[in-house]
Amino acid sequence: MLANEFTRTFIKDNRWIVFWNGFRNTMLITVVAALIGIVIGVLVSVVHYLAESAKGKKRRNIGTYILIALDKVLAFYVSVMRGTPLAIQLTIMAFIIMAGFPNKVVVCCVAFGVNSGAYVSEVIRGGINSVDIGQMEAGRSVGLSQIAAMRLIVLPQAIKNILPALCNEAIAVLKETSIVGLISVVDLTRASDLVRSRTLSPYFPLVSVAIIYYLLVAGLSAAVNHLERRLAQSDRH
Amino acid sequence: MIDIKNLHKNFGKLEVLRGVNTTIQEGERVVLIGASGSGKSTLLRCLNLLEEPTSGTVIFEGVDLTAPDTNLDKTRCRMGMVFQHFNLFPHKTILENITLAPVYHKLQTKEEAKKKAMALLERIGLADKANTYPAMLSGGQKQRVAIVRALAMEPKVMLFDEPTSALDPEMVGEVLELIRQLADTGMTMVIVTHEMGFAREVGTRILFMDEGEIKEENTPAEFFQNPQHPRLKEFLSKVL
Repeated sequence: MLANEFTRTFIKDNRWIVFWNGFRNTMLITVVAALIGIVIGVLVSVVHYLAESAKGKKRRNIGTYILIALDKVLAFYVSVMRGTPLAIQLTIMAFIIMAGFPNKVVVCCVAFGVNSGAYVSEVIRGGINSVDIGQMEAGRSVGLSQIAAMRLIVLPQAIKNILPALCNEAIAVLKETSIVGLISVVDLTRASDLVRSRTLSPYFPLVSVAIIYYLLVAGLSAAVNHLERRLAQSDRH
Repeated sequence: MIDIKNLHKNFGKLEVLRGVNTTIQEGERVVLIGASGSGKSTLLRCLNLLEEPTSGTVIFEGVDLTAPDTNLDKTRCRMGMVFQHFNLFPHKTILENITLAPVYHKLQTKEEAKKKAMALLERIGLADKANTYPAMLSGGQKQRVAIVRALAMEPKVMLFDEPTSALDPEMVGEVLELIRQLADTGMTMVIVTHEMGFAREVGTRILFMDEGEIKEENTPAEFFQNPQHPRLKEFLSKVL
């Protein structure tokens, strides 16, 4: 009975290929979106840091005002991303902003990346604040510019402090990708729907993909835990 | 070398510096002393503009550092600074801590910087720690590395912000000894410290800060034997 179900779900008509392609799309969207998210997150949080520190200074020029304005715009972006459902953001991206763009997988990468960037920026902002102010001062005192001190001194320490939180964000992205079926991209979840509609048997396709998601998340979590322990060790004197 | 004119600094409503004027000549070793909150650290931090003065000017080698178009990064390359809490870069090795800035500014190639850093580490007896991380060092060792990190830029003047205040008592000596050696080379220095004996021995001029002003300044001998200002008398009676 079970073997029969398994055969119907995965083997017959080479249905495993549907799952495999779905799995590949899920992983592709997750990885690319997470990378886009980190790039956006770093940029947004660094702009915020520079704008905040510029506000306290007497020395201002045109760049200062551009920076402060840009920070305001980015703050709005973050609040919109956090304040609207991802499913809506995804469909707006697919049918309005990137309407007519042929490759819907790319649309997914962009939509999830832009969304994730907002959350990552908050995480990195916390990470930057967790680094002692003396680190920036020491960097500046040997003649590094604010940007150089940020890049060489503060950010590496900030990222280290927030690595676990960043991995958790990646896990969140992985699970959220299960809605890409909304714009007809075949990911793991959508693949199970397709197969289910053929076999008319819900259990195997659904439980299988649930297990796959769970194993992926469990693997990532285990990696994060391992990392956390390693990092804690190198901090000990 | 450094001209400080009518320097004011407010933190919100708090007036920390209320019009400081003094000139620091090349080769001088100026020691700032005073009670906590007297503004001496703030004054020191204003010299390389880590703290932006509210008004007044700081002129270093003829360049007005408070002018909006001054390239402060370039200026800071010639002003070494040593912090109370060392502020070594924990994610870099001792060697990288020292070579980072000279290599970044292309003052030295990587190889030259490394060689020079090793020579400096050799001098302070920490060459064997070159490839370890700051977390592995004692406080005194960290501060000596921090001094070497500043020296690697070949600065014209060294600023010390309470370099021994965060140290265990048994480690104060080694750090003061290094600063003393540095003094013997003729390096221009500005030192904020609570170590009166050290101030007297190393300083060529002592400034007493109180309520954001320089209340008295004199040669070490006169300063300690013949204090004039009542606040200074009171201060010295407490600390000596």
